[in-house]
Amino acid sequence: MSEARQLLDQPLPVGSEGKLAGGWWGIVALIVTEGSLFGYLLFSYFYLSSQAERHWPPEGLPSLLLPSINTAILIASSVFVWASEYCLARKRKRGSVVMMLVAIVLGALFVGIQLKEWSSKTYGMTSDLYGSLYFTITGFHMLHVVIGLVILLLLLAWISFRYFDEKRHAAITIGGIYWHFVDVVWLFVFTTLYLFPYM
Amino acid sequence: MSAITRPPSDSRLRRSPDIGQAPVGSDAEIRLAEIWESLPGWKGWLSTVDHKVIGLRYIVTAFVFLLIGGMEALIMRLQLAGPNLTLLTPEQYNQLFTMHGVTMIFLYALPILSGFSNYLWPLMLGSRDMTFPRLNALSYWIFLFAGIFMYASFPLGQAPNAGWFNYVPYSGPIYNTGPNIDVFALGMVLLGVSTTVGSVNFVVTLFKMRAPGMTINRVPILVWGTLTASVANLLVIPSVSLAFFLLWLDRQVGTHFFDVANGGKPLLWQHLFWIFGHPWVYAIVLPAMGIVSDALPTFCRRPLVGYAWVALATMATMLVGFEVWIHHMFATGLPAVALSIFGAASFVISIPSAVAVFAWIATIWLGTPVFKTPFLFFAGFVILFVIGGLSGVMTAAVPLDWQLNETYFIVAHLHYVLLGINVFPVVGGIYYWFPKFTGRMMDEKIGKWSFWVMFIGFNAGFFPMHLAGLLGMPRRIYTYSSRMGWDTVNLITSIGSFVFAIGVLIFLVNVAVSLRRGTRAGSNPWDAATLEWSVPSPPPAYNFAVIPHIASRHPLWEDRLNEGEGTGQSSLEKGYLLMEGRETIGTSPIDATPEIILKMPGDSATPFFVGLFLSLAFAGMLLHWWSFTGLMILSCIIALMVWMWPEKALAQRSPTDSSREAHV
Repeated sequence: MSEARQLLDQPLPVGSEGKLAGGWWGIVALIVTEGSLFGYLLFSYFYLSSQAERHWPPEGLPSLLLPSINTAILIASSVFVWASEYCLARKRKRGSVVMMLVAIVLGALFVGIQLKEWSSKTYGMTSDLYGSLYFTITGFHMLHVVIGLVILLLLLAWISFRYFDEKRHAAITIGGIYWHFVDVVWLFVFTTLYLFPYM
Repeated sequence: MSAITRPPSDSRLRRSPDIGQAPVGSDAEIRLAEIWESLPGWKGWLSTVDHKVIGLRYIVTAFVFLLIGGMEALIMRLQLAGPNLTLLTPEQYNQLFTMHGVTMIFLYALPILSGFSNYLWPLMLGSRDMTFPRLNALSYWIFLFAGIFMYASFPLGQAPNAGWFNYVPYSGPIYNTGPNIDVFALGMVLLGVSTTVGSVNFVVTLFKMRAPGMTINRVPILVWGTLTASVANLLVIPSVSLAFFLLWLDRQVGTHFFDVANGGKPLLWQHLFWIFGHPWVYAIVLPAMGIVSDALPTFCRRPLVGYAWVALATMATMLVGFEVWIHHMFATGLPAVALSIFGAASFVISIPSAVAVFAWIATIWLGTPVFKTPFLFFAGFVILFVIGGLSGVMTAAVPLDWQLNETYFIVAHLHYVLLGINVFPVVGGIYYWFPKFTGRMMDEKIGKWSFWVMFIGFNAGFFPMHLAGLLGMPRRIYTYSSRMGWDTVNLITSIGSFVFAIGVLIFLVNVAVSLRRGTRAGSNPWDAATLEWSVPSPPPAYNFAVIPHIASRHPLWEDRLNEGEGTGQSSLEKGYLLMEGRETIGTSPIDATPEIILKMPGDSATPFFVGLFLSLAFAGMLLHWWSFTGLMILSCIIALMVWMWPEKALAQRSPTDSSREAHV
């Protein structure tokens, strides 16, 4: 009993502390289910493409230059989100704000380039099966990028309001991991839609 | 300066929690009640995040859906009572069997178990709430709205009509032009959101919210069951939500996923549906099996035989359950290799199920059974489970499945499994926990009547369906000719189904009578072993006046089982007080050592509004009111921002931040 008592009688962190916060666990669970969603989207792509009777993709191999640059931009934005938290944890609040701002600009740039990529396609969502798959999969990802950007904007606001300091900033950790997820998922989408047809 | 006027920042970010006692009526207890109780009146009703209130709402709502689905079944049984009857048109019959399936599988079977788990988990785990109380409220509201959504077109005679698994191309835009399928498709995506957030809550609650000392091998089996179901839901709900969303795109936008003429594949639908569908079958039975594993031992006056085996079997069932979906597709012309592998897996899955069955039988065998009403329901469940399991193993054999596929044999099997493993444990569970829910016992005499009428009616209704199937009667036909030789079995089935319905009615009468006149129950009327019976009936808003410290699997039976030896006795009266606002303890995932003092959010109406706006957005999609949909999504985002805004009171923000309040 005394051992148990000793176990209980220790100072503990209070409230949302980093990875002990419920929110951290919650976002990890959300990522598991969202990751599954993309898994099923790509499963549908491979299932339908493996049974395609026509040439696949019907419009020929996709151009890689712009999408590759865009991929690099998205990954870079993840690095800046990480840097934003890194600065905050070292009491550099201004640096944290700047890093987050850069991350958001890069994320927005990705959206812009992706919109251009969409408009340059000769097919649409309803023109054929490949178009349905292409626009649905990239559309789902775009939706996640936009949600991620809203989250990053909120984080930016909260850092600027000086809500967080080096000890307490679970929201950044939680929102940040979501953004990393959105970026990592893009690598799978990119590989499937752009690189896989070359194999 | 500020350091003088404010307590040192450390105590707001880190402190040693007070340990003490808070007996009923003490100052500490009264303060706890003030902290945790919801506001009276409609405001409190709309904004409460109390897991007990939400749990009961789930149970009542799901039971109402059970009654609606049951009435649909009775109407169908009238139509099928004799050959060539014309009570229903074929289209009405299609809508009835579809809505019956949708209601029972999606709106009753899992939500009722979520209700039990929501109510019971924190009480069983020694916590003051679920880990995300507001998410819990959101999950309920969306479930309610999704249920209403899916019934919205029913009064117009345009309900979903392609069966609950809704195969394309019949459910596609060419053959099904009305709003029927769109209502179903969007409703399922909406319901998927509810199930997902609920599952997140259960998973995180298990890993974070157990009382100190409740190591992972001391949690009740119901918790294992719901955990397994929730993990599975996180992995497979996206599959069905995606399938329905793609179907909606095919129907309303003009995409080609299932469009045969343009390279789409109907089998993609079946894969996506059953990758979800089969794990779902286990999701709606494993928690119910957990109810039995926890409650049956109370009536056998001994612990469950083979706790570890049953816990492992629970997870093994689900693990194999991911690998059996193709047994729903044996007749679709897939390669023989696939059929063999999935057929073999379907045989294998009977092993963990058998482990659980033998554990229950051994518990009854080695115990001293007390024949109260809940015991009858649990024992009856074991029998029905064996029958339903056996017919399942039979159809795992590919050749036999080809013979029986789409016949009434399958209908018999799935009703034995779903009513046997879900409805019987659920009704038994209500008899068992009713005193905890309400503070009153249910009537024993009416209870025994309700069991026997339900049990006899069920078997009379569903056993002959096996024969109808073997005689070749296909499922989902609205009538049949008397020359087929199916008259007698159908008449017996119809009579049995009405007897079963009378049994359910007797149960409802018992609930109504006992609510008013049931004898008062103490905190532990059954002399049970688990933590929920250590608190008053009904439990106070804060659940536990002090957070208990757990030393064994059966904290209330330690004195007679000598279980606490070596680890000390569980401490239920003395423990963490935690009363600086709504607080509870967060512990480590495996060993349940205290890690953090968790600040729990207060009541809030934002979950209701998030759920409402989201549901209205789906209604807008159904009606093609695009700007309305956009407006609702925007409202939803704003409500979510309000919800997520970091609060100082929850220590989500720096206590020393230089923003406005700090200077007040």
